[in-house]
Amino acid sequence: MARTVVNMPAQAKRGEVIEIKTLAGHIMETGFRHTERGESIPRDIITQFVCTYNGTEIFSADLFPAIAANPLITFTTVATESGTLEFKWVGDKGFTASHSAKLTVV
Amino acid sequence: MKRGAIFLGIAALAAAAAAGEIPLAERRSGYEFMGRDTRAMQDEDATNPGTLWLLDGEALWSRKAGERSCADCHGDASSSMKGVATRYPAVDAKGRLLNLEQRINECRVERQKAPALAYESRDLLALTAYVARQSKGLPIDLKIDAKTKDSLEAGRAAFFRRQGQLNLSCSQCHDDRWGIKLAGNTIPQAHPTGYPIYRLEWQGMGSLQRRLRNCFIGVRAEPYAYGSKEFAELELYLMWRARGMKLESPAVRP
Repeated sequence: MARTVVNMPAQAKRGEVIEIKTLAGHIMETGFRHTERGESIPRDIITQFVCTYNGTEIFSADLFPAIAANPLITFTTVATESGTLEFKWVGDKGFTASHSAKLTVV
Repeated sequence: MKRGAIFLGIAALAAAAAAGEIPLAERRSGYEFMGRDTRAMQDEDATNPGTLWLLDGEALWSRKAGERSCADCHGDASSSMKGVATRYPAVDAKGRLLNLEQRINECRVERQKAPALAYESRDLLALTAYVARQSKGLPIDLKIDAKTKDSLEAGRAAFFRRQGQLNLSCSQCHDDRWGIKLAGNTIPQAHPTGYPIYRLEWQGMGSLQRRLRNCFIGVRAEPYAYGSKEFAELELYLMWRARGMKLESPAVRP
């Protein structure tokens, strides 16, 4: 399982805008490079990132070969109710990684 | 004619006086030469990609390798490894000058009875980053004594030696021309305050020796081998040159 780091507040006021920072460990091999022997290095990237908040999708992103290794994705959402945020990364060669975090709304 | 020669001699002397080591108070970490975004990336664990290696290092610290884990002897790294990285490279019991990576490998082979990790491998970088991290914010505190003096002088000589097809010394860029541009990049002072670093150009973590190889190739010189004595001596001089500066490991660099 790949390393992931998610940083967000554990608690927020109702209606507050919270910032969520995510980092996923991945080489993001473009598929455009070759080895010293001239063989093509197959593409191996994260293709999609999705964040759900109590089951509802609040953010998603499609990733492409030009995105750097270990992609850092930062976004915001409005804290509406207490619950769980699920983060999921999907990529080439069957890559999946996930993370979940609890948010308490007061 | 004679007067001309004297004038040239004086001009050469003045140039020699201007060249050389940066006064202690004017030293600046590479961090200060970076853009706002890259600094912000380094500042927080949540955005510093080095964190991914730190997490690996933390796991390796307590995982058994060979006969025992690092933690079996050293316990909690946050106390036992605090300040350790500020003292390396250092001379071991057998009189060899070792940098932090080599010291970790020595421990693996002699105490854990496990095979040494390959230089620049992910596991060695992760462990080194994890150990170095425990000294974050502490000033570099090298011990220069009878055992390390000769190595320091050898490192200093290497730093001032012109080499490669471009016939440049480290000092010509990093002592004399820091702050001005080399192509699009600002020349930093070359203080090893954040190693191992996450370098955006590498899209990964790398050791000081990997960074030094980069500079050697830049001046079209043959780099020393990974783990060589020459590299350890140069590292020692660089750390001494940055004495008192605070460690930032794992740093982010462009």
